[in-house]
Amino acid sequence: MSIKVVEGKNIVRDYHVGGGLFRAQRTVHAVKGVSFSVDKGKTLAIVGESGCGKSTLARIITLIDPATSGELFIDGNKVDIAKDGLSKEMRRKVQIVFQNPYGSLNPRQKIGDVLGEPLLINTGKPAEERRDLAMKMLKKVGLGPEHYNRYPHMFSGGQRQRIAIARALMLNPSLLVLDEPVSALDLSVQAQVLNLLADLQDEFQLTYVFISHDLSVVRYIADDVMVMYFGEAVEYGSREEVFADPKHSYTRTLFAATPRADVASIKARLAKKKAA
Amino acid sequence: MALLDIQNLVVEFQTVSGSFRAVDGVSLHVDEREVLAIVGESGSGKSVSMLAVMGLLPWTATVTADRMNFNGRDLLKLSSAERRKIVGKDMSMIFQEPMASLNPCFTVGFQIEEVLRFHMGMDSAQRRERAIELLTQVGIAEPAERLNSFPHQMSGGQCQRVMIAIAIACNPKLLIADEPTTALDVTIQKQILDLLVSLQAKYGMGLIMITHNMGVVAETADRVIVQYKGRKMEEADVLSLFESPKSNYTRALLSALPENAVGDRLPTVSDMMFEPAPSGAAA
Repeated sequence: MSIKVVEGKNIVRDYHVGGGLFRAQRTVHAVKGVSFSVDKGKTLAIVGESGCGKSTLARIITLIDPATSGELFIDGNKVDIAKDGLSKEMRRKVQIVFQNPYGSLNPRQKIGDVLGEPLLINTGKPAEERRDLAMKMLKKVGLGPEHYNRYPHMFSGGQRQRIAIARALMLNPSLLVLDEPVSALDLSVQAQVLNLLADLQDEFQLTYVFISHDLSVVRYIADDVMVMYFGEAVEYGSREEVFADPKHSYTRTLFAATPRADVASIKARLAKKKAA
Repeated sequence: MALLDIQNLVVEFQTVSGSFRAVDGVSLHVDEREVLAIVGESGSGKSVSMLAVMGLLPWTATVTADRMNFNGRDLLKLSSAERRKIVGKDMSMIFQEPMASLNPCFTVGFQIEEVLRFHMGMDSAQRRERAIELLTQVGIAEPAERLNSFPHQMSGGQCQRVMIAIAIACNPKLLIADEPTTALDVTIQKQILDLLVSLQAKYGMGLIMITHNMGVVAETADRVIVQYKGRKMEEADVLSLFESPKSNYTRALLSALPENAVGDRLPTVSDMMFEPAPSGAAA
Protein backbone atom coordinates (compact mmCIF):
# COMPACT_ATOMS: atom_id res chain seq x y z
CA MET A 1 0.00 0.00 0.00
CA SER A 2 1.55 3.23 -1.08
CA ILE A 3 1.38 6.27 1.14
CA LYS A 4 -0.36 9.39 -0.05
CA VAL A 5 1.89 12.33 0.72
CA VAL A 6 -0.50 14.97 -0.44
CA GLU A 7 -4.17 14.81 -1.23
CA GLY A 8 -6.57 17.56 -2.20
CA LYS A 9 -10.32 17.20 -2.22
CA ASN A 10 -12.38 19.66 -4.18
CA ILE A 11 -10.06 22.60 -3.61
CA VAL A 12 -11.49 26.00 -4.43
CA ARG A 13 -9.75 29.35 -4.31
CA ASP A 14 -11.51 32.64 -4.98
CA TYR A 15 -9.85 36.01 -5.02
CA HIS A 16 -11.83 39.16 -4.35
CA VAL A 17 -10.51 42.03 -6.37
CA GLY A 18 -11.33 45.67 -6.68
CA GLY A 19 -14.19 46.99 -4.68
CA GLY A 20 -14.16 50.50 -3.41
CA LEU A 21 -16.30 53.52 -3.21
CA PHE A 22 -17.37 53.50 -6.84
CA ARG A 23 -16.83 49.99 -8.01
CA ALA A 24 -18.42 46.75 -6.95
CA GLN A 25 -16.22 43.94 -5.73
CA ARG A 26 -15.46 41.24 -8.26
CA THR A 27 -14.65 37.62 -7.54
CA VAL A 28 -12.10 35.69 -9.56
CA HIS A 29 -12.44 31.94 -9.33
CA ALA A 30 -8.80 30.94 -9.70
CA VAL A 31 -9.21 27.30 -8.79
CA LYS A 32 -12.61 25.68 -9.15
CA GLY A 33 -12.82 22.43 -7.25
CA VAL A 34 -9.70 20.43 -8.03
CA SER A 35 -9.00 17.01 -6.52
CA PHE A 36 -5.75 15.10 -6.70
CA SER A 37 -3.44 12.86 -4.74
CA VAL A 38 0.24 12.01 -5.03
CA ASP A 39 1.90 8.88 -3.64
CA LYS A 40 5.27 8.87 -1.96
CA GLY A 41 8.18 9.02 -4.38
CA LYS A 42 5.97 9.92 -7.34
CA THR A 43 5.66 13.01 -9.48
CA LEU A 44 2.43 14.77 -10.36
CA ALA A 45 2.78 17.25 -13.21
CA ILE A 46 0.32 20.12 -13.48
CA VAL A 47 0.13 21.57 -16.98
CA GLY A 48 -1.69 24.60 -18.25
CA GLU A 49 -1.28 28.06 -19.75
CA SER A 50 -0.67 31.18 -17.72
CA GLY A 51 -3.73 32.21 -15.79
CA CYS A 52 -5.17 28.72 -15.52
CA GLY A 53 -4.67 28.55 -11.75
CA LYS A 54 -1.74 26.18 -11.60
CA SER A 55 0.44 28.52 -9.57
CA THR A 56 -2.46 29.31 -7.24
CA LEU A 57 -2.84 25.59 -6.64
CA ALA A 58 0.90 25.40 -5.98
CA ARG A 59 0.60 28.12 -3.36
CA ILE A 60 -2.22 26.25 -1.68
CA ILE A 61 -0.26 23.00 -1.62
CA THR A 62 2.78 24.82 -0.27
CA LEU A 63 0.61 26.23 2.53
CA ILE A 64 1.34 29.81 1.52
CA ASP A 65 -2.27 30.58 0.70
CA PRO A 66 -5.36 29.04 2.29
CA ALA A 67 -7.98 27.42 0.09
CA THR A 68 -11.41 29.06 0.10
CA SER A 69 -12.98 25.65 0.50
CA GLY A 70 -12.03 22.03 0.12
CA GLU A 71 -9.76 19.78 2.12
CA LEU A 72 -6.01 19.41 1.93
CA PHE A 73 -4.19 16.48 3.53
CA ILE A 74 -0.44 16.39 3.95
CA ASP A 75 0.95 13.03 5.08
CA GLY A 76 -2.58 12.04 6.01
CA ASN A 77 -3.18 15.01 8.32
CA LYS A 78 -5.78 17.56 7.44
CA VAL A 79 -4.30 21.04 7.15
CA ASP A 80 -6.27 24.26 7.26
CA ILE A 81 -3.96 27.23 7.61
CA ALA A 82 -6.83 29.71 7.52
CA LYS A 83 -8.19 28.29 10.78
CA ASP A 84 -5.31 26.68 12.61
CA GLY A 85 -2.34 28.57 11.32
CA LEU A 86 0.78 26.72 10.40
CA SER A 87 3.02 24.76 12.70
CA LYS A 88 6.77 24.55 12.19
CA GLU A 89 6.31 20.84 11.72
CA MET A 90 4.03 21.39 8.73
CA ARG A 91 6.24 24.12 7.33
CA ARG A 92 9.09 21.63 7.13
CA LYS A 93 7.13 19.07 5.22
CA VAL A 94 6.42 21.10 2.12
CA GLN A 95 8.93 23.24 0.27
CA ILE A 96 8.84 25.07 -3.03
CA VAL A 97 11.26 25.93 -5.85
CA PHE A 98 10.28 28.93 -7.93
CA GLN A 99 10.56 29.55 -11.64
CA ASN A 100 13.01 32.39 -11.77
CA PRO A 101 16.28 31.66 -9.98
CA TYR A 102 17.33 35.28 -10.51
CA GLY A 103 14.41 36.57 -8.49
CA SER A 104 14.15 33.97 -5.77
CA LEU A 105 17.58 34.38 -4.18
CA ASN A 106 18.42 37.40 -2.06
CA PRO A 107 21.31 39.16 -3.85
CA ARG A 108 22.80 40.31 -0.54
CA GLN A 109 22.86 36.92 1.09
CA LYS A 110 25.76 34.50 0.76
CA ILE A 111 24.92 31.02 -0.44
CA GLY A 112 25.85 29.54 2.92
CA ASP A 113 23.37 31.83 4.64
CA VAL A 114 20.73 31.09 2.03
CA LEU A 115 21.01 27.41 2.88
CA GLY A 116 21.37 27.89 6.63
CA GLU A 117 18.40 30.19 7.05
CA PRO A 118 15.66 27.55 6.91
CA LEU A 119 17.47 25.67 9.68
CA LEU A 120 17.96 28.82 11.72
CA ILE A 121 14.28 29.68 11.57
CA ASN A 122 12.75 26.26 11.92
CA THR A 123 15.17 24.29 14.05
CA GLY A 124 17.32 24.94 17.09
CA LYS A 125 20.49 23.66 15.45
CA PRO A 126 23.73 25.42 16.40
CA ALA A 127 25.69 27.37 13.79
CA GLU A 128 28.33 24.71 13.28
CA GLU A 129 25.81 22.03 12.51
CA ARG A 130 23.94 24.31 10.13
CA ARG A 131 27.20 24.94 8.32
CA ASP A 132 27.97 21.25 8.00
CA LEU A 133 24.50 20.47 6.69
CA ALA A 134 24.72 23.30 4.17
CA MET A 135 28.09 22.03 2.93
CA LYS A 136 26.70 18.54 2.52
CA MET A 137 23.69 19.81 0.63
CA LEU A 138 25.90 21.87 -1.70
CA LYS A 139 27.69 18.68 -2.67
CA LYS A 140 24.41 16.82 -3.16
CA VAL A 141 23.20 19.31 -5.74
CA GLY A 142 26.48 19.28 -7.62
CA LEU A 143 28.15 22.39 -6.22
CA GLY A 144 31.24 22.53 -4.02
CA PRO A 145 32.23 23.85 -0.59
CA GLU A 146 34.07 26.70 -2.34
CA HIS A 147 30.67 28.11 -3.27
CA TYR A 148 29.63 28.53 0.38
CA ASN A 149 30.82 32.12 0.70
CA ARG A 150 29.76 33.39 -2.71
CA TYR A 151 26.86 35.63 -3.61
CA PRO A 152 24.04 34.71 -6.02
CA HIS A 153 25.25 37.04 -8.80
CA MET A 154 28.39 34.93 -9.14
CA PHE A 155 26.39 31.95 -10.37
CA SER A 156 24.80 31.02 -13.68
CA GLY A 157 21.07 30.39 -14.00
CA GLY A 158 21.44 26.63 -13.74
CA GLN A 159 23.64 26.90 -10.66
CA ARG A 160 21.17 29.26 -9.02
CA GLN A 161 18.37 26.81 -9.64
CA ARG A 162 20.53 24.17 -7.95
CA ILE A 163 20.91 26.49 -4.97
CA ALA A 164 17.16 27.05 -4.84
CA ILE A 165 16.63 23.29 -4.88
CA ALA A 166 19.26 22.85 -2.16
CA ARG A 167 17.55 25.46 0.01
CA ALA A 168 14.22 23.69 -0.41
CA LEU A 169 15.77 20.39 0.66
CA MET A 170 17.50 21.70 3.79
CA LEU A 171 14.58 20.79 6.03
CA ASN A 172 14.15 17.26 4.62
CA PRO A 173 10.70 17.92 3.22
CA SER A 174 8.54 15.05 2.09
CA LEU A 175 6.91 17.10 -0.64
CA LEU A 176 8.62 19.45 -3.04
CA VAL A 177 6.57 21.79 -5.20
CA LEU A 178 8.43 22.82 -8.35
CA ASP A 179 6.89 25.84 -10.06
CA GLU A 180 8.28 25.80 -13.60
CA PRO A 181 11.79 25.04 -12.33
CA VAL A 182 13.40 24.69 -15.75
CA SER A 183 11.43 27.15 -17.88
CA ALA A 184 14.03 29.88 -17.47
CA LEU A 185 16.95 27.59 -18.31
CA ASP A 186 18.73 26.63 -21.51
CA LEU A 187 18.15 23.27 -23.07
CA SER A 188 21.36 21.61 -21.91
CA VAL A 189 21.18 23.14 -18.42
CA GLN A 190 17.55 22.09 -18.26
CA ALA A 191 18.67 18.51 -18.87
CA GLN A 192 21.18 18.74 -16.01
CA VAL A 193 18.62 20.11 -13.58
CA LEU A 194 16.05 17.48 -14.59
CA ASN A 195 18.67 14.78 -14.01
CA LEU A 196 19.46 16.26 -10.62
CA LEU A 197 15.79 16.24 -9.67
CA ALA A 198 15.49 12.59 -10.71
CA ASP A 199 18.58 11.66 -8.66
CA LEU A 200 17.35 13.49 -5.57
CA GLN A 201 13.95 11.87 -5.87
CA ASP A 202 15.58 8.44 -5.83
CA GLU A 203 17.87 9.29 -2.96
CA PHE A 204 15.39 10.93 -0.59
CA GLN A 205 12.15 9.29 -1.79
CA LEU A 206 10.87 12.77 -2.54
CA THR A 207 7.41 13.48 -3.83
CA TYR A 208 7.17 16.15 -6.50
CA VAL A 209 4.39 18.38 -7.68
CA PHE A 210 5.86 19.65 -10.93
CA ILE A 211 4.26 22.65 -12.59
CA SER A 212 5.09 23.28 -16.19
CA HIS A 213 3.74 24.31 -19.54
CA ASP A 214 6.32 22.32 -21.46
CA LEU A 215 4.83 18.99 -22.41
CA SER A 216 8.09 17.41 -23.47
CA VAL A 217 9.51 18.00 -19.98
CA VAL A 218 6.33 16.70 -18.40
CA ARG A 219 6.42 13.56 -20.48
CA TYR A 220 9.95 12.95 -19.28
CA ILE A 221 9.51 13.54 -15.56
CA ALA A 222 5.90 12.87 -14.58
CA ASP A 223 4.11 9.79 -13.30
CA ASP A 224 0.70 11.43 -13.28
CA VAL A 225 -0.44 14.42 -15.31
CA MET A 226 -3.16 16.94 -14.57
CA VAL A 227 -4.12 19.45 -17.24
CA MET A 228 -5.73 22.63 -15.94
CA TYR A 229 -7.78 25.06 -17.95
CA PHE A 230 -9.49 28.12 -16.47
CA GLY A 231 -9.24 26.79 -12.93
CA GLU A 232 -10.54 23.33 -13.65
CA ALA A 233 -8.74 20.03 -14.01
CA VAL A 234 -9.89 19.05 -17.47
CA GLU A 235 -7.73 15.98 -17.64
CA TYR A 236 -6.19 13.87 -14.91
CA GLY A 237 -4.57 10.50 -15.27
CA SER A 238 -1.34 8.59 -15.58
CA ARG A 239 1.23 9.92 -18.01
CA GLU A 240 0.60 7.08 -20.46
CA GLU A 241 -3.16 7.61 -20.45
CA VAL A 242 -2.99 11.35 -20.96
CA PHE A 243 -0.33 11.28 -23.68
CA ALA A 244 -1.77 8.30 -25.56
CA ASP A 245 -5.39 9.34 -25.49
CA PRO A 246 -6.07 12.97 -24.56
CA LYS A 247 -9.77 13.35 -23.91
CA HIS A 248 -10.34 17.07 -23.56
CA SER A 249 -10.09 19.35 -26.57
CA TYR A 250 -7.76 21.73 -24.70
CA THR A 251 -5.27 18.92 -24.07
CA ARG A 252 -5.29 18.16 -27.76
CA THR A 253 -4.71 21.85 -28.55
CA LEU A 254 -1.74 21.78 -26.20
CA PHE A 255 -0.29 18.74 -27.92
CA ALA A 256 -0.78 20.29 -31.33
CA ALA A 257 0.96 23.49 -30.23
CA THR A 258 4.07 21.77 -28.90
CA PRO A 259 6.81 22.15 -31.48
CA ARG A 260 7.98 18.90 -32.96
CA ALA A 261 11.66 18.31 -33.54
CA ASP A 262 11.60 15.01 -35.38
CA VAL A 263 12.74 14.55 -38.94
CA ALA A 264 9.37 13.39 -40.24
CA SER A 265 7.55 16.55 -39.19
CA ILE A 266 10.31 18.77 -40.61
CA LYS A 267 9.94 16.97 -43.93
CA ALA A 268 6.18 17.46 -43.80
CA ARG A 269 6.60 21.18 -43.11
CA LEU A 270 9.11 21.71 -45.90
CA ALA A 271 6.89 19.84 -48.35
CA LYS A 272 3.94 22.00 -47.36
CA LYS A 273 6.01 25.13 -47.78
CA LYS A 274 7.15 24.13 -51.25
CA ALA A 275 3.57 23.43 -52.29
CA ALA A 276 2.37 26.82 -51.06
CA MET B 1 23.20 38.36 -53.76
CA ALA B 2 22.89 37.80 -50.07
CA LEU B 3 20.75 40.26 -48.14
CA LEU B 4 23.00 40.19 -45.12
CA ASP B 5 26.57 39.02 -45.51
CA ILE B 6 28.95 38.85 -42.56
CA GLN B 7 32.51 37.58 -42.70
CA ASN B 8 34.58 36.86 -39.63
CA LEU B 9 32.64 38.92 -37.10
CA VAL B 10 34.40 39.48 -33.78
CA VAL B 11 32.80 41.27 -30.84
CA GLU B 12 34.82 42.04 -27.75
CA PHE B 13 33.69 43.64 -24.52
CA GLN B 14 36.01 45.67 -22.33
CA THR B 15 35.53 44.56 -18.75
CA VAL B 16 37.33 45.27 -15.52
CA SER B 17 39.18 41.98 -15.82
CA GLY B 18 40.34 42.53 -19.40
CA SER B 19 38.61 42.09 -22.70
CA PHE B 20 36.09 39.35 -23.23
CA ARG B 21 35.42 37.90 -26.66
CA ALA B 22 31.71 37.19 -26.98
CA VAL B 23 31.67 36.46 -30.69
CA ASP B 24 34.72 34.85 -32.21
CA GLY B 25 34.96 34.84 -35.98
CA VAL B 26 31.39 34.11 -37.03
CA SER B 27 30.47 34.27 -40.70
CA LEU B 28 26.92 34.09 -41.91
CA HIS B 29 24.68 35.18 -44.71
CA VAL B 30 20.93 35.45 -45.17
CA ASP B 31 19.20 35.59 -48.50
CA GLU B 32 15.94 37.26 -49.31
CA ARG B 33 12.92 35.07 -48.52
CA GLU B 34 15.01 32.86 -46.28
CA VAL B 35 14.54 31.82 -42.66
CA LEU B 36 17.83 31.37 -40.86
CA ALA B 37 17.85 30.04 -37.31
CA ILE B 38 20.76 30.72 -34.97
CA VAL B 39 20.77 28.22 -32.12
CA GLY B 40 22.85 28.19 -28.98
CA GLU B 41 22.79 28.40 -25.23
CA SER B 42 22.99 31.63 -23.29
CA GLY B 43 26.48 32.98 -23.64
CA SER B 44 26.95 31.53 -27.11
CA GLY B 45 27.01 35.00 -28.61
CA LYS B 46 23.93 34.54 -30.74
CA SER B 47 22.16 37.67 -29.56
CA VAL B 48 25.35 39.72 -29.41
CA SER B 49 26.21 39.08 -33.04
CA MET B 50 22.78 40.28 -34.13
CA LEU B 51 22.93 43.31 -31.84
CA ALA B 52 26.23 44.11 -33.54
CA VAL B 53 24.49 44.00 -36.90
CA MET B 54 21.79 46.32 -35.58
CA GLY B 55 24.38 48.60 -33.98
CA LEU B 56 22.74 48.33 -30.59
CA LEU B 57 25.75 47.31 -28.52
CA PRO B 58 27.00 49.55 -25.71
CA TRP B 59 30.20 51.56 -26.08
CA THR B 60 32.21 48.91 -24.20
CA ALA B 61 31.91 46.65 -27.20
CA THR B 62 34.34 46.61 -30.10
CA VAL B 63 32.97 45.19 -33.33
CA THR B 64 35.32 44.11 -36.09
CA ALA B 65 34.62 42.15 -39.21
CA ASP B 66 36.18 41.49 -42.59
CA ARG B 67 32.87 42.24 -44.20
CA MET B 68 29.46 43.29 -42.94
CA ASN B 69 27.16 44.11 -45.81
CA PHE B 70 23.45 44.62 -45.68
CA ASN B 71 21.49 45.07 -48.87
CA GLY B 72 24.63 46.14 -50.72
CA ARG B 73 25.77 48.67 -48.11
CA ASP B 74 28.75 48.33 -45.85
CA LEU B 75 27.49 48.58 -42.27
CA LEU B 76 30.98 49.09 -40.88
CA LYS B 77 31.48 52.33 -42.76
CA LEU B 78 28.10 53.88 -42.02
CA SER B 79 27.88 56.84 -39.67
CA SER B 80 25.48 56.34 -36.81
CA ALA B 81 23.02 58.81 -38.36
CA GLU B 82 22.98 56.86 -41.59
CA ARG B 83 22.64 53.59 -39.74
CA ARG B 84 19.65 54.90 -37.79
CA LYS B 85 17.90 55.38 -41.13
CA ILE B 86 18.31 51.69 -41.90
CA VAL B 87 17.70 50.22 -38.47
CA GLY B 88 13.99 49.96 -37.78
CA LYS B 89 13.19 50.49 -41.46
CA ASP B 90 14.97 47.99 -43.72
CA MET B 91 16.17 45.87 -40.86
CA SER B 92 14.25 45.50 -37.63
CA MET B 93 14.31 43.38 -34.55
CA ILE B 94 11.89 41.73 -32.13
CA PHE B 95 13.09 41.07 -28.60
CA GLN B 96 12.51 38.36 -26.09
CA GLU B 97 10.53 40.12 -23.39
CA PRO B 98 7.55 41.81 -25.01
CA MET B 99 6.48 43.35 -21.71
CA ALA B 100 9.90 44.86 -21.14
CA SER B 101 10.60 46.07 -24.65
CA LEU B 102 7.50 48.22 -25.00
CA ASN B 103 7.50 51.56 -23.24
CA PRO B 104 4.95 51.39 -20.41
CA CYS B 105 4.34 55.16 -20.51
CA PHE B 106 2.93 55.35 -24.03
CA THR B 107 -0.01 53.74 -25.78
CA VAL B 108 0.78 51.02 -28.30
CA GLY B 109 -0.69 53.24 -31.00
CA PHE B 110 1.85 55.95 -30.23
CA GLN B 111 4.68 53.44 -30.28
CA ILE B 112 3.68 52.03 -33.66
CA GLU B 113 3.16 55.48 -35.14
CA GLU B 114 6.52 56.66 -33.84
CA VAL B 115 8.31 54.36 -36.31
CA LEU B 116 6.10 55.50 -39.15
CA ARG B 117 6.69 59.16 -38.34
CA PHE B 118 10.44 58.78 -38.12
CA HIS B 119 11.06 56.57 -41.14
CA MET B 120 8.14 57.11 -43.49
CA GLY B 121 7.25 60.74 -42.84
CA MET B 122 3.53 60.04 -42.88
CA ASP B 123 1.02 62.55 -41.60
CA SER B 124 -1.09 61.68 -38.60
CA ALA B 125 -4.13 60.39 -40.53
CA GLN B 126 -1.96 58.13 -42.68
CA ARG B 127 -0.12 56.89 -39.63
CA ARG B 128 -3.29 55.99 -37.83
CA GLU B 129 -4.64 54.17 -40.84
CA ARG B 130 -1.40 52.23 -41.25
CA ALA B 131 -1.26 51.39 -37.53
CA ILE B 132 -4.78 49.93 -37.67
CA GLU B 133 -3.79 47.96 -40.76
CA LEU B 134 -0.70 46.62 -38.98
CA LEU B 135 -2.60 45.56 -35.88
CA THR B 136 -5.10 43.76 -38.09
CA GLN B 137 -2.25 41.98 -39.84
CA VAL B 138 -0.76 40.70 -36.62
CA GLY B 139 -4.14 39.44 -35.51
CA ILE B 140 -5.29 41.83 -32.81
CA ALA B 141 -9.04 42.14 -32.47
CA GLU B 142 -10.62 45.61 -32.45
CA PRO B 143 -7.43 47.33 -33.67
CA ALA B 144 -8.83 50.85 -33.62
CA GLU B 145 -9.69 50.66 -29.92
CA ARG B 146 -6.50 48.80 -29.09
CA LEU B 147 -4.37 51.71 -30.37
CA ASN B 148 -5.27 53.54 -27.18
CA SER B 149 -4.28 50.68 -24.88
CA PHE B 150 -1.18 50.76 -22.75
CA PRO B 151 1.14 47.72 -22.74
CA HIS B 152 0.09 46.69 -19.24
CA GLN B 153 -3.48 46.34 -20.42
CA MET B 154 -2.49 43.64 -22.89
CA SER B 155 -1.37 40.05 -22.42
CA GLY B 156 2.15 38.84 -23.17
CA GLY B 157 1.11 37.35 -26.49
CA GLN B 158 -0.64 40.55 -27.52
CA CYS B 159 2.39 42.63 -26.57
CA GLN B 160 4.56 40.42 -28.73
CA ARG B 161 2.11 40.95 -31.60
CA VAL B 162 2.44 44.70 -31.10
CA MET B 163 6.24 44.34 -31.18
CA ILE B 164 5.92 42.45 -34.47
CA ALA B 165 3.64 45.17 -35.81
CA ILE B 166 6.27 47.80 -34.96
CA ALA B 167 9.00 45.69 -36.53
CA ILE B 168 7.18 45.18 -39.83
CA ALA B 169 5.73 48.70 -39.96
CA CYS B 170 8.13 49.90 -42.69
CA ASN B 171 8.16 46.66 -44.68
CA PRO B 172 11.67 45.64 -43.65
CA LYS B 173 13.84 43.47 -45.86
CA LEU B 174 15.29 41.69 -42.87
CA LEU B 175 13.57 40.82 -39.62
CA ILE B 176 15.62 39.60 -36.67
CA ALA B 177 13.62 37.80 -33.98
CA ASP B 178 15.59 37.31 -30.76
CA GLU B 179 13.91 34.50 -28.82
CA PRO B 180 10.48 35.86 -29.75
CA THR B 181 8.53 33.14 -27.94
CA THR B 182 10.64 32.18 -24.95
CA ALA B 183 8.50 34.14 -22.51
CA LEU B 184 5.24 32.79 -23.89
CA ASP B 185 3.03 29.73 -23.37
CA VAL B 186 3.16 26.90 -25.89
CA THR B 187 -0.22 27.67 -27.41
CA ILE B 188 0.68 31.35 -27.81
CA GLN B 189 4.15 30.38 -29.01
CA LYS B 190 2.57 28.38 -31.82
CA GLN B 191 0.42 31.35 -32.85
CA ILE B 192 3.36 33.78 -32.85
CA LEU B 193 5.59 31.43 -34.84
CA ASP B 194 2.85 30.86 -37.40
CA LEU B 195 2.35 34.61 -37.64
CA LEU B 196 6.06 35.29 -38.17
CA VAL B 197 6.44 32.62 -40.82
CA SER B 198 3.32 33.71 -42.69
CA LEU B 199 4.41 37.37 -42.66
CA GLN B 200 7.86 36.33 -43.83
CA ALA B 201 6.40 34.39 -46.75
CA LYS B 202 3.89 37.12 -47.60
CA TYR B 203 6.39 39.98 -47.76
CA GLY B 204 9.42 37.94 -48.86
CA MET B 205 11.49 39.12 -45.91
CA GLY B 206 14.68 37.53 -44.74
CA LEU B 207 14.07 36.26 -41.21
CA ILE B 208 16.68 35.44 -38.60
CA MET B 209 15.34 33.43 -35.67
CA ILE B 210 17.55 33.44 -32.62
CA THR B 211 16.51 30.68 -30.25
CA HIS B 212 17.67 27.94 -27.93
CA ASN B 213 14.61 25.83 -28.57
CA MET B 214 15.22 23.05 -31.08
CA GLY B 215 11.47 22.66 -31.52
CA VAL B 216 11.20 26.25 -32.72
CA VAL B 217 14.06 25.62 -35.16
CA ALA B 218 12.37 22.52 -36.52
CA GLU B 219 9.11 24.37 -36.99
CA THR B 220 10.38 27.47 -38.75
CA ALA B 221 13.88 27.40 -40.22
CA ASP B 222 15.22 26.78 -43.72
CA ARG B 223 18.84 26.86 -42.66
CA VAL B 224 20.44 26.61 -39.21
CA ILE B 225 23.62 27.89 -37.61
CA VAL B 226 24.65 26.34 -34.31
CA GLN B 227 26.78 28.53 -32.06
CA TYR B 228 28.69 27.64 -28.91
CA LYS B 229 30.83 30.00 -26.84
CA GLY B 230 30.99 32.59 -29.59
CA ARG B 231 32.01 30.20 -32.33
CA LYS B 232 30.07 28.67 -35.14
CA MET B 233 29.91 24.91 -34.63
CA GLU B 234 27.82 23.91 -37.58
CA GLU B 235 25.85 25.29 -40.47
CA ALA B 236 23.38 23.14 -42.36
CA ASP B 237 19.92 23.16 -43.84
CA VAL B 238 17.31 22.21 -41.30
CA LEU B 239 16.63 18.69 -42.50
CA SER B 240 20.23 17.54 -42.62
CA LEU B 241 20.91 19.14 -39.24
CA PHE B 242 18.25 17.02 -37.57
CA GLU B 243 18.90 13.96 -39.70
CA SER B 244 22.66 13.83 -39.50
CA PRO B 245 24.19 16.43 -37.20
CA LYS B 246 27.90 16.77 -37.86
CA SER B 247 29.32 18.45 -34.79
CA ASN B 248 29.33 16.84 -31.37
CA TYR B 249 27.72 19.89 -29.87
CA THR B 250 24.68 19.71 -32.14
CA ARG B 251 24.34 16.05 -31.36
CA ALA B 252 24.51 16.85 -27.66
CA LEU B 253 21.89 19.58 -27.98
CA LEU B 254 19.53 17.28 -29.83
CA SER B 255 19.91 14.48 -27.34
CA ALA B 256 19.24 16.85 -24.45
CA LEU B 257 15.68 17.27 -25.74
CA PRO B 258 13.47 15.55 -23.16
CA GLU B 259 11.50 13.78 -25.89
CA ASN B 260 14.69 12.11 -27.08
CA ALA B 261 15.52 10.76 -23.64
CA VAL B 262 16.71 7.18 -23.63
CA GLY B 263 16.04 5.49 -20.32
CA ASP B 264 15.94 7.53 -17.16
CA ARG B 265 18.69 10.03 -17.70
CA LEU B 266 19.00 12.87 -20.11
CA PRO B 267 22.40 13.15 -21.71
CA THR B 268 23.79 16.63 -21.07
CA VAL B 269 26.03 18.70 -23.26
CA SER B 270 28.99 18.30 -20.94
CA ASP B 271 28.72 14.50 -21.23
CA MET B 272 29.35 14.77 -24.93
CA MET B 273 31.74 17.63 -25.50
CA PHE B 274 35.44 16.94 -25.82
CA GLU B 275 36.68 19.91 -23.86
CA PRO B 276 35.48 20.07 -20.26
CA ALA B 277 33.78 23.35 -19.52
CA PRO B 278 35.90 25.62 -17.34
CA SER B 279 34.90 25.31 -13.71
CA GLY B 280 32.50 27.97 -12.57
CA ALA B 281 31.15 28.49 -16.07
CA ALA B 282 29.40 25.15 -16.16
CA ALA B 283 25.99 25.17 -14.61
